[in-house]
Amino acid sequence: MGQMSKDMTSSLSTRRLSRLAYGGIWSLPLPLWLAAFFLGPMILLIWLSFWDVKNFLLTPDFQLENWQKMLTAPYFWAAYLRTFVIAISAAALVSLIALPCSLAISFFLSVRARMVMLGLFVVPFFTSYLVRVYSWQIYLTENGIVMKLLAAIGIDSGSLLNTPLALMIGLVTLTLPLVIVIQSISMLSLDKTLIDAAYNLGCGPRRVLFATVLPAVRPGIVLGALFAFIFSFGDFVTATYLGGGKFTTMSILIADTVKSGQQWPRAAVVALMMIATLLITALASIAYAYRRT
Amino acid sequence: MRVSALTRRLAVIFMGLALVFLYAPILTNFVFSLNSDRFPTIPLGGFTLEWYRLILADALVIDAFKNTIKIALIVAPIATAMGFAAAYADYRFNFIGKRLVLIFALMPPLIPLVVIGLAMLAYLSRIGLSGTLPAIVVSHIVLTSPFAMAIIRLRFSQIDGDLEFAAQNLGASNWRAFWEVIIPATKTSILAAFLLCMAVSFDEYAVTWFVGGLEETSSVRILSFLQSAVSPRINAIGSITFITSITLILGAQILVLRRLTRGNS
Repeated sequence: MGQMSKDMTSSLSTRRLSRLAYGGIWSLPLPLWLAAFFLGPMILLIWLSFWDVKNFLLTPDFQLENWQKMLTAPYFWAAYLRTFVIAISAAALVSLIALPCSLAISFFLSVRARMVMLGLFVVPFFTSYLVRVYSWQIYLTENGIVMKLLAAIGIDSGSLLNTPLALMIGLVTLTLPLVIVIQSISMLSLDKTLIDAAYNLGCGPRRVLFATVLPAVRPGIVLGALFAFIFSFGDFVTATYLGGGKFTTMSILIADTVKSGQQWPRAAVVALMMIATLLITALASIAYAYRRT
Repeated sequence: MRVSALTRRLAVIFMGLALVFLYAPILTNFVFSLNSDRFPTIPLGGFTLEWYRLILADALVIDAFKNTIKIALIVAPIATAMGFAAAYADYRFNFIGKRLVLIFALMPPLIPLVVIGLAMLAYLSRIGLSGTLPAIVVSHIVLTSPFAMAIIRLRFSQIDGDLEFAAQNLGASNWRAFWEVIIPATKTSILAAFLLCMAVSFDEYAVTWFVGGLEETSSVRILSFLQSAVSPRINAIGSITFITSITLILGAQILVLRRLTRGNS
């Protein structure tokens, strides 16, 4: 009897052990990899911002000089403000452009056409943004396609490159697919009876849109704008190749600092300020998106 | 929504224009890669394959393409396997802090690439990896596995959670139930994730540029060309990268959509 119960408990514990091993095999690899090669680098980035550069050599240290230098430099705050304004304008513009598209996809198309359209919008998102920016250079440059087309109808435009318009064209190219997908998902999950109820209560189409549909899909609209902001805020290709170096953004500050010398600690300060800004913006937007009215 | 036919039509036309806007830079790239004029504008010059001939004779470009393929073929299986493991763990097990782990695993694509690039560069040079192909592989796995996890998790959300347990009640072991129930049900989404990871790895330039040092992928090569001057050679490389990533993404989409529509019926 005693022997039997001992056997049972030991077989029970081996079974528990094997179940634990089975669970571990699946749940651990990705978190471990990300801890080693994502969290690790991010933590080092924080430490790096306190390091010293002596005789062109990075030296682990704990000093506040990098933070002091950067946070009192006017060019840092100019870049910060510029990046923020560019990203927020892009987020607003892209959301406005995406809205009619998402409405069309969600409400005015058949199921089949809807799937095809969403698929078509997603494809460019995963194609080389670098090459697409180069194409926009070709369109917008001196004597480029757009200038010649405008000249043909009698408008003398000059080069459109290195203007705020060029920046916005680039950032819309970058983020529009993502925003349309996010907005459409939230519109498609909208309870259709809500719309019918509004009609039955005598609302006109405009009132249904502005008083029923848009408030109900607010989370999708806010999250879409948030994603557009995040991607525009972090991008360095647009400002470099469509802004022609006239618009120094935070990302350009980092890239230039790293590629031209040893001042990695100062670049780390810029990077951490970017992450802090994105984190605060994300939390604020999510709180606003899901706020009860 | 009950709106007038005019409103519907206007919205659909607007959507069409947005699509034209997104595809215009892709289409012109193909056109100018075959155009004989050195300066890309209208009216077009004659037809030529000269730019393709030039890049295929360029050792830097060829090496970059070889690196790109090598990296993508190592990154995609590892990232897909880890993304699958995480998605399956989320579907199958409950543990404390699961939500937190999930959110953490979805973070990498949301951090600015330049920031990840800097952090990775500092970290990988500490452990003596920066400037090597493994450095690029390691960072690409971080950047692509969240996509793999998301796309496979989407498939798991349609699978009846009791199916695997039913198989176990019929006497199948954990692993047997896994091979006979889970793998057949998720294999298309695994393939889709694989293609998506390849596409993302293929097009990544920022982090690669930071950690790769002198090792170049085709995207980094494009970046170097862009830094020097306008040249139709960029269009030629661009066409090759567009064709590759569009093929991969369409493949992934067809796999996912076929599953979705079949799942609905």
